[in-house]
Amino acid sequence: MENPSQPAATATADQPTDARPADAQQTLIEVRDLKVEFNIRGGVVKAVDGLTFDIKRGQTVGIIGESGCGKSVTARAILRMVPKPGKITGGEILYYRYSRYPRKDGKSQDIEVIDMTKLDPDGELVRQIRGGEIAMIFQEPMSSLTPVYTAGTHLNEAITLHRLIPLKRLGDQMVEKIVEYRRVTKEEAREIAIQMLRRVGIPKPEQRVDSYPHQLSGGQRQRVMIAIALSTEPYMLIADEPTTALDVSIEAQILDIMRELQQTANMAIMFITHNLGVIASMADEIVVMYMGKQVERAKVVDLFYNPKHPYTQALLQSVPKLGPKTGARLASIEGMVPDPLHLPSGCVFHPRCPAFMPGKCDKLIPQWNKVGENHWARCLLYEE
Amino acid sequence: MTDSLQNGKKDNILLEVNGLKKYFPIQKGLLRKVVGYVKAVDDVSLYVREGETLGLVGESGCGKTTASRSIIRLYEPTAGQVLFKSRVLSPDGRPRMVNLLELNREQMTKVREEIAMIFQDPINSLNPRMTVADIIAEPMVIHGKYQKGRSEEIIISLLERVGLRADHLRRYPHEFSGGQRQRIGIARALALNPRLVLCDEPVSALDVSIQAQTLNLLQDLQKDFNLSYLFVAHDLSVVQHISDRIAVMYVGKVVEMASSEELYANPLHPYTEALLSAVPKPDPLYKSERIIMQGDVADPSNPPSGCYFHPRCRYVIDRCKTEAPAFREVKPDHWVACHRAEELQLKGI
Repeated sequence: MENPSQPAATATADQPTDARPADAQQTLIEVRDLKVEFNIRGGVVKAVDGLTFDIKRGQTVGIIGESGCGKSVTARAILRMVPKPGKITGGEILYYRYSRYPRKDGKSQDIEVIDMTKLDPDGELVRQIRGGEIAMIFQEPMSSLTPVYTAGTHLNEAITLHRLIPLKRLGDQMVEKIVEYRRVTKEEAREIAIQMLRRVGIPKPEQRVDSYPHQLSGGQRQRVMIAIALSTEPYMLIADEPTTALDVSIEAQILDIMRELQQTANMAIMFITHNLGVIASMADEIVVMYMGKQVERAKVVDLFYNPKHPYTQALLQSVPKLGPKTGARLASIEGMVPDPLHLPSGCVFHPRCPAFMPGKCDKLIPQWNKVGENHWARCLLYEE
Repeated sequence: MTDSLQNGKKDNILLEVNGLKKYFPIQKGLLRKVVGYVKAVDDVSLYVREGETLGLVGESGCGKTTASRSIIRLYEPTAGQVLFKSRVLSPDGRPRMVNLLELNREQMTKVREEIAMIFQDPINSLNPRMTVADIIAEPMVIHGKYQKGRSEEIIISLLERVGLRADHLRRYPHEFSGGQRQRIGIARALALNPRLVLCDEPVSALDVSIQAQTLNLLQDLQKDFNLSYLFVAHDLSVVQHISDRIAVMYVGKVVEMASSEELYANPLHPYTEALLSAVPKPDPLYKSERIIMQGDVADPSNPPSGCYFHPRCRYVIDRCKTEAPAFREVKPDHWVACHRAEELQLKGI
């Protein structure tokens, strides 16, 4: 199936036929009741406890929450990169894999459902997916690039590992049929790398491709990271606080690049941030997390205009807003984030909650309740 | 420029900075020959009135931190004048303007009693081997004001004032969360009852909910102790929330200074306009017309000619490329460094 919106990023004429279905609303990732635990000295930390959401093709799902709430662990769990001693202890992560290249065994290019939690984290399959089909960009553009390699070397690694070029193409009139694929050569990889750098808006990419990370500014480094992630034409991009370390003007540039690339490539984005302003302009759907638990999930407009969970409400009110000055104090959430080893009983938010109901919130564990169309919250206020 | 600042209407000025410069030499070779300068702070002029908050915003590397540290001479400024209304240095106890850059070491130590600092990183700015009590007592010890018993009472009341408890006194910094550590830093800054507090990105390392608590605390303390703040930050929404007036910096220079309402409603400098438009608004229905500034922030060791902002400016004319604009008062209490300040119709928020 030829997808005209597919960007021509390669220098070589022959693109692999894209097997991506045109329907953008197909599910790509389905996370069901995911649990990740860290067994550390002193107890078990439930970093992610019962997370359920899905990401459709071309959609942006935002995950927001304060530090330590399990946002990044979720992202890493999807790619099976949870650092030790963390373990996925429950739930499943279903990845609907659209095979990009014809399979060697000659089977058709149907959607293959892979449960990422069952894969060997060091196995061949997960390594094909990681970086190639689901790419990730990290918060720290300084420490995510190796200082001894140039930007080009970083890009080449991703491109030569994950990009294939069709060797032969028979019968242009018929359905395209590609006999074999070969890996990208060094020269082609460099060519692709330069084009990727140009697409993310790095000036003079022919020269910049040979720059070392220390010769690039913070914004440029983050753009190189994005170029690396996108050079493999992934189906999904996991962006873990991609602009937190950057200035607002650079942040605006990076977000624009991400939006544009998402539109042209129909790529899904999982956007992790604690910046509510950024998420409001990027996401279609938002998942709010607190202490490893998913407290609310809704479409972006519903979440900002009609938040249901008291934590979401408080979070939205505690952000200073630009505009006519009101002189009012900020509504802050009292108290502190609890110790993850000694979580409060009942609802974990109850000691800080303005809508605390004594005898209820500290005893009962709230369930995941549907509170509206495409809108869920984990709060006892919405339970019978 | 220095003159024009002084001619402006100014009463109750606590701190006045005129033409402050801080150049860091770039040294090369075996003989450490100076081959150039990084003009981190290049002609900064601003003032802080008593009891008010002046926000200092700008992108990273624009020299905001260097400027605030040069004011208190943690970095020795290259040139300029820092006038501060000091009580401790005046013989009769009546506040008197002194130029901090002309003070000797002893006088400087003394005047630092009146100027405190809160740092960005709440982890590295507290000595991990000292208890909370020692950390807060240290300024008193250095200034010879520590008295057994009495000072301990002050420390406990300070701790309680910033929202910690007396039983935290004997604990070490690592036992606290980021927000609590920042509170310890705030308590330490208040230990000597200062009049001016230089806040260097005090909330940027904190989570949203903790950030709101800390901002509220800083505002309450300002009322209670009649403090003046120089509030350095890169987050425009935070700065607008806490500041009475705001100064915007770009590559070592203050390009605009006005009251916070005025600056956000009627920016006069194209850089301010672009910066305001780039701030993401926490409203999914807000349709922004973002002005995307092209390129990166200019290199302070090799700044462009004329106005430093001209390569990224949408309204650039030939004059901007050759002639550096003066920092002038276009409207009452609204200062700007732009040739086209009068003719441009810029959009605020």
